[in-house]
Amino acid sequence: MSLIDSLPRVGAPKLPKVDGLIPWIVPLVIVLVWQVACVTGFVPSRVLPAPTDVALAGWKLLLSGELVRNIWVSFWRASIGFVIGGGIGFAFGLANGLSQLSAKLTDTTLQMVRNIPHLALIPLVILWFGIDESAKLFLVALGVFFPIYLNTLHGIRTVDPQLIEMGRIYGMTDGELFRRVIFPGALPSIFVGLRFALGIMWLTLIVAETIAASSGLGYMAMQAREFMLIDVVVLSILIYALLGKLADSASRALERLTLSWHPAFQKK
Amino acid sequence: MQEALRFQPVDAEPVDRSDIRVQARQLRRGPEAAARGLSLTIRGLRKAFGDNEVLRGIDLHIPAGQFVAIVGRSGCGKSTLLRLIAGLDAPTAGSIAFGEEPRAQDVRVMFQEPRLLPWARVLSNVEVGLGRERSSADAQARAERALVEVGLGDKRAQWPSVLSGGQKQRVALARALVSQPRVLAFDEPLGALDALTRISMQQLLERVWRDQGFTAILVTHDVAEAVALADRVLVIEDGRIAEDVTIDLPRPRRRGSAELAALEGEILKHLLEGSEDTL
Repeated sequence: MSLIDSLPRVGAPKLPKVDGLIPWIVPLVIVLVWQVACVTGFVPSRVLPAPTDVALAGWKLLLSGELVRNIWVSFWRASIGFVIGGGIGFAFGLANGLSQLSAKLTDTTLQMVRNIPHLALIPLVILWFGIDESAKLFLVALGVFFPIYLNTLHGIRTVDPQLIEMGRIYGMTDGELFRRVIFPGALPSIFVGLRFALGIMWLTLIVAETIAASSGLGYMAMQAREFMLIDVVVLSILIYALLGKLADSASRALERLTLSWHPAFQKK
Repeated sequence: MQEALRFQPVDAEPVDRSDIRVQARQLRRGPEAAARGLSLTIRGLRKAFGDNEVLRGIDLHIPAGQFVAIVGRSGCGKSTLLRLIAGLDAPTAGSIAFGEEPRAQDVRVMFQEPRLLPWARVLSNVEVGLGRERSSADAQARAERALVEVGLGDKRAQWPSVLSGGQKQRVALARALVSQPRVLAFDEPLGALDALTRISMQQLLERVWRDQGFTAILVTHDVAEAVALADRVLVIEDGRIAEDVTIDLPRPRRRGSAELAALEGEILKHLLEGSEDTL
């Protein structure tokens, strides 16, 4: 009793600052355990290098400029592929959500294409594009297309029909109805698609870069494997994790910004 | 002095009571407001959904500014009638004519659900009610006035999700009122509220109706609510008007008074008799 009472009183003033760090406790503990396991020789360094070795490898690559160049190349491919695939997916989602004709015309085809795993197209894509930039962009765009398409379509189809009726009664034009009722109503679902798509974006890019590329993070990891530089391989994997987290945080921030009306995003 | 005032009416000539009410309303609102409501004439109105004929010939005249309540069992067609009046559905046969050709913002509906846009602040939700006049310079001022009218002036910057059910419905009322409609149709607007909130909302409805003088058409399943608010109660049965009761009691009406209870009992008896036939 007395212990429990005393705890929050001591910790209370610092709490807001500490709160933001809580999610990082687990990764930090993992890194610590990892370090200890390597230093004590429990894990041999040719299986898994110690975090300090990985950091050192990262530092060297950073100094040589190789790391920044490869991250930049991968980031650029991811973004361009995402914008192209996401843009087309969003456009189809809007069109098929708003127009019966468009949905009848294209939805069946899209659903058939969706069921082909896009990574299965890698051999074909290499034959088509070689190991050019366009091959990677094509795969990323294809991977990103479907989550955005499906969730945009779903979002628009599930906007409360009572609100649409209300908008019509109050004399909204089609444009206004879209801007003030349909689009904001579909937005939570579109964000779900966005976050799925970001995950698929990294996955696709890494696979594509690992198989066929001459630059980028995936290429860096494959090169390191050739030369048995296991610390660089692990470094690449950690960077993927950080980039993935970064993309997710960015979409969350965007979500908080645009969905501030939603009870789930209101500050307590 | 007070004594003298109180006794005056007794000495005065007996006058038709409804006449006094109309005059009093005109005094309160001024002449232009008195002309605000629209009269409504319905002839031979029918509505069928496939084989199911919901309305089977409604003939009805509602004078300008009257408060009419429509009661009936569920499925009797009362909501359908309201949707036809509000122009949300097209009749199968028959006609609905207003005293004057109404502009779009002259006829407004309030539903059982508030139907507020969750992603718009309270004030923007009220501005939606202005229809095409949304972009006019005084739009915001008008929306604010409407919010104050329903007693929610201080909630203008809130999201709808933080409001209570009664408050949401008051915002919906402000949205319906902001364009100063001449006919306001209510589709069980208080159906989802708790008993105490209902009573204060009823008083609010009555107040804005008296202030603004629109023609009010209230669909409700609550007979007590109908007799407390309306000038006239229509009982609908099997798609027809089965009874047309004039409620000629002075306002404000005291809830639970013997006269209201008697009227309520009479209408309820009629409704229940009808239901026994079908059981």
